[in-house]
Amino acid sequence: MRFTIKNGILLPSNTIEDSRPISQIPALPQPPLNQDYHFNGNLQQLLTGKQLLLNDIPFPLNEIQSHYENGYVTYRHGIIYKGKQPACARCGNKDQQWFAYYPCARCGETCLYCRQCIMMGRISGCTPLIGWNGPVPDTIHPEKISQWQGTLSKGQSEASNRVVGAIQENKELLVWAVCGAGKTEVLFAGIEAALAAKKRICIATPRTDVVLELTPRLKAAFPEITVASLYGGSEDRHLYAPLTIATTHQLLRFYHAFDALILDEVDAFPYTVEESLQHAAIQARNPASAMIYLTATPNEKWQRECRSGKRAFTTIPARFHRHPLPVPEFIWCGNWQKRLQKNRMPVNVLRWINERIQANKQALVFFPHISLMETALPILRQFAQTIEAVHAEDPDRKEKVQKMRAKEIPLLLTTTILERGVTFPNIDVAVIGAEDTIFTESALVQIAGRAGRSKDHPKGKITFFHYGKTDEMLKAKRQIIEMNREGLKRGLLDC
Amino acid sequence: MHLFPQDRCLICHEIIHPAIGWGALFSQEKEHFICPKCDGRFEKIDGEACRICNRPFHSLDGKFRDGNLCHDCYRWEEEPEWQGFLDKNNSLFLYNDFLKEVIAKFKFRGDYVLAKVFAPFFKDELARIAPDFLVPIPLSRERLVERGFNQAAALLIASGYPTTELLTRIHSEKQSKKSRSERIHLPQVFKVEPNISLEGKKVVLVDDIYTTGSTLRHAAKLLKEAGAASIQSLTIAR
Ligand SMILES: [Zn+2]
Ligand SMILES: [Zn+2]
Ligand SMILES: [Zn+2]
Ligand SMILES: [Zn+2]
Repeated sequence: MRFTIKNGILLPSNTIEDSRPISQIPALPQPPLNQDYHFNGNLQQLLTGKQLLLNDIPFPLNEIQSHYENGYVTYRHGIIYKGKQPACARCGNKDQQWFAYYPCARCGETCLYCRQCIMMGRISGCTPLIGWNGPVPDTIHPEKISQWQGTLSKGQSEASNRVVGAIQENKELLVWAVCGAGKTEVLFAGIEAALAAKKRICIATPRTDVVLELTPRLKAAFPEITVASLYGGSEDRHLYAPLTIATTHQLLRFYHAFDALILDEVDAFPYTVEESLQHAAIQARNPASAMIYLTATPNEKWQRECRSGKRAFTTIPARFHRHPLPVPEFIWCGNWQKRLQKNRMPVNVLRWINERIQANKQALVFFPHISLMETALPILRQFAQTIEAVHAEDPDRKEKVQKMRAKEIPLLLTTTILERGVTFPNIDVAVIGAEDTIFTESALVQIAGRAGRSKDHPKGKITFFHYGKTDEMLKAKRQIIEMNREGLKRGLLDC
Repeated sequence: MHLFPQDRCLICHEIIHPAIGWGALFSQEKEHFICPKCDGRFEKIDGEACRICNRPFHSLDGKFRDGNLCHDCYRWEEEPEWQGFLDKNNSLFLYNDFLKEVIAKFKFRGDYVLAKVFAPFFKDELARIAPDFLVPIPLSRERLVERGFNQAAALLIASGYPTTELLTRIHSEKQSKKSRSERIHLPQVFKVEPNISLEGKKVVLVDDIYTTGSTLRHAAKLLKEAGAASIQSLTIAR
């Protein structure tokens, strides 16, 4: 869009002569709030704490403009120039490679746009980010906010108290909870405290699956609270809610919205995505707000910061069922890739698999690459024709996981795609080629975390078959042993 | 350090390693905007196809075929008022799930630079057809402002060919849900620029997808009635 400034106010303009695309107007004036103006309540609900594009807003431009002129709506730059260097205000992109140009029918100029966040709608040199500057919507909460009936383990309740404290004092806190510790329940008291203080709170997670799984649990725990569940294509887009559950992508649409932001599985991102996520998280938070990070596997930098006292953290070193984490065993299996090329597999691997089939014990077997896994599949089917393999682009992925759950598959071969999120109650786990660089410390801890999850079957065997131990394997094992030791020391284990 | 901004795939953003696994569509001389993996996911249209609309016969049940025409084209050509306006449609690729995703990102998300992915193929086709005028199917003013650019014009600009805006839209785009008979009997959706002589000219209409062919046939009819000698069309997908 092109704007012109008249009497200290931005006016949309269609004439080229006296107007400019918004990114070329250095200082954007903000009119003072007119208390007598009758603002549109729907627009208020939609825009509070947001930064949206004109295309995202189902109201005509003249209505938005009138709210701006009366001080209720803000226009911000979509693309910010520092000298000649552009940056995307929404996703933080500054990398040349993620920008491109197009001849723009909106402003009539060659417009720069950001490719990095284009899936959320295109931001270009003539795009205003539209936000709210008026009063926030009233929220009236019931007397009893939480209806959650469950109880917390000792480990959970210690962490829960820390979360409440961080939220009340607008602090940052890392909750380092082992796989199977029951981390969601640890949030309930904190959420309740935030809502009681009329704070707006958000749980953000990288995966849509997790949003869909958390939504009903939170709605059940807080039945009278409006919950917005946000992911690509969700219907709650326009809903104003004190409690939001969103994919981390959706955070890009928020601006100074949340008094408490809970980031789940921070470690699940590839390194390159992390920067734009950090940017999105910082923008979505209020300047004074709490930030809770949840993870089972903090990266090395974060672990170091925890040890040196630079990062506030709390651990839940034991599972809710009070049994120790199964510790992986390392078994050398020679040059297994070379063998596989000749359509053979190491004898000790075959024995491990045959034992599981004979004993009727389900197992997950991880491979570093699809092609290796697909070569292994026909070889392993000599033990059972029903063995299956699954990977990220497999269209039958969901069905196969479902069949595994229904115990119709004795053994499921997988790439790292099943390293987190999915749980089966009673399985053993093997990694073939644990020396591969794809198996980082955190990947291996997550993989080990698949075993021994239910209280009826708290033990499970974890075997890392390798062609030379790596540091990552040793660190993963050390981390698991450390957690067990701490669990024992704090009295969180029964044995 | 990225010395060569071109070395990343425009679709998946992976670094392009030109040494390995060239797909069938790659040739060494062409500039590479995409990686071999993405390249391999496009399915080029070849083999026997409908004489008019370019629909491949190998995936078509025999009963939907009438000689060298598909049943759809046969029915259009049966109607005297639609006969012989569109001489031939040329499409590059099958509209598979991958291409659907790429076109959606290009057109609906507005990732203009993706036009470059198709430009080398457009160049080849246009060199072969050698038209006098290249006409992008126009968008309505509202749609153009909403999207920011016309995807058909973008394809031509990226291919280095000039566009001639011979057509303007007089009705909005919202016709995709209408039945076939409604589409055929729809009043004309375009009007022709009166100040350009079309007498004896070879015109190529450009769009992103050939779906029902009705938009292209409406445009072809107008241009032929305005004097054009022949009308072909060129689209990415079929
Ligand atoms: Zn961006
Ligand atoms: Zn523009
Ligand atoms: Zn690619
Ligand atoms: Zn046909």
